[in-house]
Amino acid sequence: MSAHDATPVDVHEAGHSHGSRRSYLIGFALSAALTAIPFWLAMTGVLESGATAILVVLLAFVQIVVHTIFFLHVNTKAEGGWMLMAFVFTAVMILIVISGSLWIMYHLHGNMMPPPLDAAPPAKM
Amino acid sequence: MSTSHDTTPAEPTFYLIEEDAHDTDAAHASPALLGFWIYLMSDALIFATLFAVYGVLATSYAGGPTPQELFELPLIALNTAFLLISSITYGMAMLDMHDGKLRGVQFWLGVTALFGACFVGVELYEFSNLIAEGATPQRSAFLSGFFTLVGTHGLHVSAGLVWIGVMIVQVGQRGLVESRRRLTCLGMFWHLLDVVWIGVFTFVYLLGSLP
Repeated sequence: MSAHDATPVDVHEAGHSHGSRRSYLIGFALSAALTAIPFWLAMTGVLESGATAILVVLLAFVQIVVHTIFFLHVNTKAEGGWMLMAFVFTAVMILIVISGSLWIMYHLHGNMMPPPLDAAPPAKM
Repeated sequence: MSTSHDTTPAEPTFYLIEEDAHDTDAAHASPALLGFWIYLMSDALIFATLFAVYGVLATSYAGGPTPQELFELPLIALNTAFLLISSITYGMAMLDMHDGKLRGVQFWLGVTALFGACFVGVELYEFSNLIAEGATPQRSAFLSGFFTLVGTHGLHVSAGLVWIGVMIVQVGQRGLVESRRRLTCLGMFWHLLDVVWIGVFTFVYLLGSLP
């Protein structure tokens, strides 16, 4: 919160905090950079694919955190901390749903897929 | 939710439920914001399942086109810029709301809707191009997952556009004080769609177009 925000109007709004012009602009500058870099990496291909993939994913996670703090105003005080609690809980659920699905389906794929069409046909009994 | 006291869960907040929005304090003490946040989190879970589906099916091309052949990153970069700019313009509307500037709120809401409409327009253009190339949802599991995930996000943005249009009219009719809670909810909705889009452009478009 910058100094000009400390008006009486804002005092009773601590329940759901909102940003100042400065925090919105900082958030916008950060997310613009965090968007531009991965697009630049992917479109120019300056790094090899593996390194690009890791960097792009890392920058995406950073950008999600930036948006959550500067645009969604999630912090330890908003709604008595319950906003953050719900957010962390959801983040854990999302992680479990996505990584769990990929993990299970990868193994299912490996164990149950028929051999590719160009492979030798199974011997007849 | 009152913040002048401890955050004991047993605090009886039920009597505060939006009986009136005339008193600013009561309007802001409404539990609606936390409730709407919980809804947004459940919406994020819907997207999580769609991301999981896409992740599982992302390489099931069925002999059809692959992401490298289909995706045009410049178009996606343009779309990403539209959505990111619409996020900051919504922030400007919120700042004007807290300053009590009615015209400013309507102006920035209009700008936000404009960029949102550009986003949906470019997305529809992209979809029509894909379909014209024969990359329809029924072509392969990869394309089914792609259209479901990206299309669901596009539908959310379209719903947000309708909501913004309603709010532009409503702040004019009822004033800013009464619209405060709704504008805050709409803002959270709009910003969350931008967060989901970060996941879409990263995991679908950027990773998909890597060789």
